[in-house]
Amino acid sequence: MADIAIAPRRAKTEIREASAWDQLKHNRNWLGFWFMVPALVFLIFFLAYPLGLGIWLSFTDTRIGRVGAFVGTENYEWLWDDAIFWLSVFNTLLYTFVASAIKFGIGLYLALLLNENMPFKAMLRALVLIPFIVPTVLSALAFWWIFDSQFSIISWSLKQMGLITENINFLGDTTWARICVIFANIWRGVPFVAITLLAGLQTVSPSLYEAATLDGATRWQMFRHITYPLLTPIIAVVMTFSVLFTFTDFQLIWAMTRGGPVNATHLMATLSYQRAIIAGQLGEGAAIASAMIPFLLAAIMVSWFGLQRRKWQQGESND
Amino acid sequence: MSSVQIRDVRKSFGNFEVLHGVSIPIEDGEFVVLVGPSGCGKSTLLRMLAGLENITSGTISIGDRVVNNVQPKERDIAMVFQNYALYPHMTVADNMGFSLKLRGAKPDEISNGVKRAAEILALTPLLERYPRQLSGGQRQRVAMGRAIVRDPQVFLFDEPLSNLDAKLRVAMRTEIKELHQRLKTTTVYVTHDQIEAMTMADKIVVMHDGIVEQMGTPLELYDTPANQFVAGFIGSPAMNFLKGKVKSNGSAGFEGPNGVKLPLKTAPANSEGQPAVYGVRPEHFTIADDGAEAEIVVVEPTGSETQVFAKLGGEQVVAVFRERHQFSPGDKVRLKPDPSLVHLFDETTGKRLNG
Repeated sequence: MADIAIAPRRAKTEIREASAWDQLKHNRNWLGFWFMVPALVFLIFFLAYPLGLGIWLSFTDTRIGRVGAFVGTENYEWLWDDAIFWLSVFNTLLYTFVASAIKFGIGLYLALLLNENMPFKAMLRALVLIPFIVPTVLSALAFWWIFDSQFSIISWSLKQMGLITENINFLGDTTWARICVIFANIWRGVPFVAITLLAGLQTVSPSLYEAATLDGATRWQMFRHITYPLLTPIIAVVMTFSVLFTFTDFQLIWAMTRGGPVNATHLMATLSYQRAIIAGQLGEGAAIASAMIPFLLAAIMVSWFGLQRRKWQQGESND
Repeated sequence: MSSVQIRDVRKSFGNFEVLHGVSIPIEDGEFVVLVGPSGCGKSTLLRMLAGLENITSGTISIGDRVVNNVQPKERDIAMVFQNYALYPHMTVADNMGFSLKLRGAKPDEISNGVKRAAEILALTPLLERYPRQLSGGQRQRVAMGRAIVRDPQVFLFDEPLSNLDAKLRVAMRTEIKELHQRLKTTTVYVTHDQIEAMTMADKIVVMHDGIVEQMGTPLELYDTPANQFVAGFIGSPAMNFLKGKVKSNGSAGFEGPNGVKLPLKTAPANSEGQPAVYGVRPEHFTIADDGAEAEIVVVEPTGSETQVFAKLGGEQVVAVFRERHQFSPGDKVRLKPDPSLVHLFDETTGKRLNG
């Protein structure tokens, strides 16, 4: 004891003031910021910058090979009086609404079907995904052949059956062309909707259906009162994405019809490409592309309000 | 309310038979508990009663009507599920009124029914909440409320308390029993917890591997278990089993492991030398000078009683004493089973041998 008392006390190391660098190292917000930087850089360079540039271009008279000057809203004024532009707006809205509605219907039906117990369930689920896996351009080319004016397998089959005498001019007739591109879009888009909704269906506890059975619900009532309400959050997500993808569709149309015949299948995206890249009018093309923004924002707003956590999803879950 | 008759019911999944001919008569207004270890087929039987599973053979009747081919909703039964199966997107009131709504009842009829059930279960302040906003016990009560609203012939409970914590489980046990005494609706209750079975049932049905081992009132099962399985399943701590053979030396007796002498009141007829299993409940041991010598291993006082683990003839046994003894591990004591309360079982079949 005495030894300890005699031994001189070690001087404590001076309490060092935490430097700014120390504070930064321990600041969780700062750390969080560093983790976000890669994503931020990526988003700025590949999303924000092109978007900003596109909007800027739409206010200039830039052409390929020539730096443009600021022309204010001149491009938009031109578009306002451009019948083809308005036709493309109409086409895009028609294409989006019809295709999305049908994709939702078929997708939901397929999801409900695939959720049932049946033989080869796993294989059927995989099969449904095929249209989604095939590259868009490849499937577009296939549809191009299916709807070809001379070699269409549909026309050939109908002729063999004696139902028609002449080939149907699928991609040459304005109405038929619209139906064909919408059909192709539906074919490609259904798997996404179906598989996502199927995933949503599988989160519904089977005991809810048993309880509903005992409560006396018919199959339809179970769908109406249990399945559908529980599926609404996922429906909102999947349909938002579906609408956005459809509205901005380009590949299918470009590969199948290039916007024709007589611009009947020109969407805003294809028209923008045609004006900007093919015709070289970058400013005007950018204006068409920028004109899509309000529509897309509107679609996102709808889903934003639809997506908001419903009252029944709120509160503690202690299961 | 009505009686339920289960007659020689079998259930197979593919080639695998899980219920091997089960017959259970259930009287009007009776509270019957199906109890057994998991996999014994009790839940399957309940689901067959509800109509959620097909009946492979045999008949189930509710009231006078055979319901084998009757749709679940036509059976007039209500079921409380283990996970409650509350509809998450409906308020408590909507959950409870859903069956009435599907039946096409008028809005005021529905709200009256819901109100009445909510009052019985003290759920009135919670009617506008969603299931997520409720505690486990409240959800449990809503699930019961949903059953009550329908005013069914039979209530079915499928392990309703197993998702609750221990304290709440005891409280809900009392609540369910009280509810049954009030409503007097025929109830079939499935559990794996023998204490739940003992405390709640008018009649316990002990099931094991797809057969009924024994049926009877809780105390019948406790006092005279029909076989070694029931004896071991009912009661906590479980009954002690000691292997040996009947060996009467003038008076009836039993020779346990390592020649330990254990008393019997009367030996079964012609049983001298027969190998058997000697069963004694922990609380039926006393300390007596003519008892068998045992060495204490562990002493667990719980306050109201003391559980003593001891080696008797090399086998570990449990004894429970209400009175306080000063025991410590390693002590030698003389344990004596009460001869009038011991059980004797056949060594191979497990059947009860004494009366």
